[in-house]
Amino acid sequence: MNEKRVSTLPLQPYRVLDLTDEKGSFCGKVLGDFGADVIKIEKPGGDPSRNRGPFYRNIPHPERSLHWFACNTNKRSITLNMESLNGQEIFKRLTKGADFIIESSQPGYMEEIGLNYTILESINPGIIMVSISPFGQTGPYRDWKGSDMVYMGMGGMMYISGDPDRAPVRISVEQSYFQAGAQAASAAMIAHYYRQRTGEGQYVDVSIHESLVCSTHLTTFFWEIGGYNPRREGNRVSRGAVSPRMIWPCKDGYLSWRIWVSQQGSRTRAMVEWANSEGKAEELKDLNWEKMDFNQLTQDELESWEKHFVDFFLAHTKAELYEGAVQREIILFPINTIHDLKDDIQLHSRDFWQEVDHPELADTIIYPGAPLQSTECNYNVRSRPPLIGEHNEDIYCHELGISKEDLAVLKEGGCI
Amino acid sequence: METEERGALHGLKVLDFSWVIAGPETTRYLAFHGATVVKVESKSRLDIFRAYIPMAEGIPGINRCGAFDAYNTDKYDITIDLNKQKGVSIIKRLVAWADVVVENFMPGTMEKWNLGYDDLKGIRNDIIMISFSMQGQTGPHSQVAGFGTELQSLVGYTNLMGWPDRPPSGTNSPYTDFVVPWYGITAIMAALDYRERTGKGQHLDIGQLEAGASFLSSAILDYTVNNTTATPRGNRSDYAAPHGAYRCKGDDRWCAIAVHNDDEWMGFCNAVGNLSWTTEPRFSTLSGRKKNEDELDKLTESWTLGHTHGEVMTKMQEWGVPSGIVATGQDIHSDLQLRHRAHFKLLDHPEMGKHSYESPSWRLSKTSGKIQRPSPCLGEHTEHVCREILGMSDEEFIELLQEGIFE
Repeated sequence: MNEKRVSTLPLQPYRVLDLTDEKGSFCGKVLGDFGADVIKIEKPGGDPSRNRGPFYRNIPHPERSLHWFACNTNKRSITLNMESLNGQEIFKRLTKGADFIIESSQPGYMEEIGLNYTILESINPGIIMVSISPFGQTGPYRDWKGSDMVYMGMGGMMYISGDPDRAPVRISVEQSYFQAGAQAASAAMIAHYYRQRTGEGQYVDVSIHESLVCSTHLTTFFWEIGGYNPRREGNRVSRGAVSPRMIWPCKDGYLSWRIWVSQQGSRTRAMVEWANSEGKAEELKDLNWEKMDFNQLTQDELESWEKHFVDFFLAHTKAELYEGAVQREIILFPINTIHDLKDDIQLHSRDFWQEVDHPELADTIIYPGAPLQSTECNYNVRSRPPLIGEHNEDIYCHELGISKEDLAVLKEGGCI
Repeated sequence: METEERGALHGLKVLDFSWVIAGPETTRYLAFHGATVVKVESKSRLDIFRAYIPMAEGIPGINRCGAFDAYNTDKYDITIDLNKQKGVSIIKRLVAWADVVVENFMPGTMEKWNLGYDDLKGIRNDIIMISFSMQGQTGPHSQVAGFGTELQSLVGYTNLMGWPDRPPSGTNSPYTDFVVPWYGITAIMAALDYRERTGKGQHLDIGQLEAGASFLSSAILDYTVNNTTATPRGNRSDYAAPHGAYRCKGDDRWCAIAVHNDDEWMGFCNAVGNLSWTTEPRFSTLSGRKKNEDELDKLTESWTLGHTHGEVMTKMQEWGVPSGIVATGQDIHSDLQLRHRAHFKLLDHPEMGKHSYESPSWRLSKTSGKIQRPSPCLGEHTEHVCREILGMSDEEFIELLQEGIFE
């Protein structure tokens, strides 16, 4: 599809006012990738989440947060003090020309500053307002505090992750805000579809906690239907009566592969034949993997077969094993580091990586590019993340018609 | 109230060939909001989740599987034999009906049935087709088979779970399967909007590799800029201590606690009853707490061990400290906040009986959406779809039935 890429943006006509901090900025990032005009509205001095690391060349500075860069490409930035009367007045004017508002403040805060949905809807009945909060806008945990690990724990992911003899673990790179932001974008677009037919906007209440509940397999329905709670099993995964081994060491790292039976049993045979060609796993060559059923096997049987593959894997590198598996239609993947991911040939062939100019840093940074492709539209990074208030003049002077003198007064008064 | 019942996506027509998780999760949410989703299976090609654990009451059966049941609510299910020419022609009539066609086979499979994007476009010029896959529709690895459980290793997630002194331990959950549905829903909605403006359809290509990588973008920039490769760190964080899951009273029960700043540390000290160690000067600043983190973790756990995970969470939250139990599926069912949000809804499934189904993470104020029908039994709606959607006559339906087209 690469050759057919054209620069057509599916959400080009729409404007998003993005008031979020780290909890919600990925929502605007997704809508921006789809082509919307996303205006990040930052506190004077900048969004506090610009202080989150990692930082460009490890120098902490609000214009150097890589965390912020990652979630704020394809956006413009203005600064506005939403707690001042002037700021609220300006925000209401911006609301008139906007299609979406995304915010992630403490539940109740928008009401406190006189900018809740009821008020904004009276200004623009078509507005879709999305609130992303730790546990939702109402309910017993409404004022509770969250963090990435807390959501992962309460969402169910942690209980089934990690080694059995140690504490459950989270994913070491924060995921909750990506999950909540991407799910919020889906909800916003469902509301948008409805608006296109009726002219009506609405209010969307997204819970980060619930977004994690919605991104984990092997938890809720295993209890509801199976009556049990799967546990963390380290290098194994629980499947039926047995837990096949999933994580194996090899010459230069680790890989993921498991014994398959029944419908996928031919894939195990292919692996046995491969190992056998090097004199390993010979004893297994007469087993009929297609005829087996996980629910009829014992863990001991499975483990007695598994041990034949250890030496075979240790004799090869991740890259050798992946390439060999690809040729033999075996489901085996290297356990990649970020470094390995960057070198992946599939991503390169699909032009995933994008060089983005940062003139202020006198540098070009390589970003992950489009999360999807299409025959018609383009979802790439089009612009680097904005500097604090970089587009104040564009929006305030050129669009709202505020004179440069008045802009200076607003700045003096701490409004911008 | 009529719009309330109809849902935000009322009128949207989706023809769904997808199976397992990524595709079905996407279309489940569309159906939740009122879209008409017709799921295509055949008796010789079931959604493989119909043969997957857990089964209701432990009794095997293609209409009793928990995983299929969870990801296919509110859909219409038809069985059609695509190896028969007449089967393909019925599908083509459904393509002419549909706004959106969804599939997640190995790239190239739809083409074999003459149902690739170009074929679909020949039937309906502005069709929107969405293909989910492991690694995208093009490129040297587009044909590599896999499941999210393994694919997440290629993206880098497996390596990011575990302990610095041990091999990665990964997760039981196919995580990247739960990244692509959100892009899928957004992409379908955006493509529909684009079609309304331009008259043009499109083929959307979503791979778990690229979509999954986008959720690691801050760690990726840390590598491309600083040459730092993220590693598994247990539950540690650079910006907080204590920061971990601590063992509590009971069998394998844990509670996560995250103390980021001095205010939260004060709250933590109060929550544990200002035990003498909390006043030690070495713990009075964040840098002190980070420096003495191993010791602090042990002391924290010596306190949590005396309490249930629920007590620890509630006490910490009362004092403004981010904290949450490490929940099992069972715990999630009794979570008070999820109850307040009516996350679970009871429905009666004809074979599995009455049990609860799950809502999305969002609540829409005017078109809330709801689960109205349990997951379909195999071929439950074949006749309904043929008559109501395709307008088939009795004669035609019976003739096709006798020819074994609906197998």
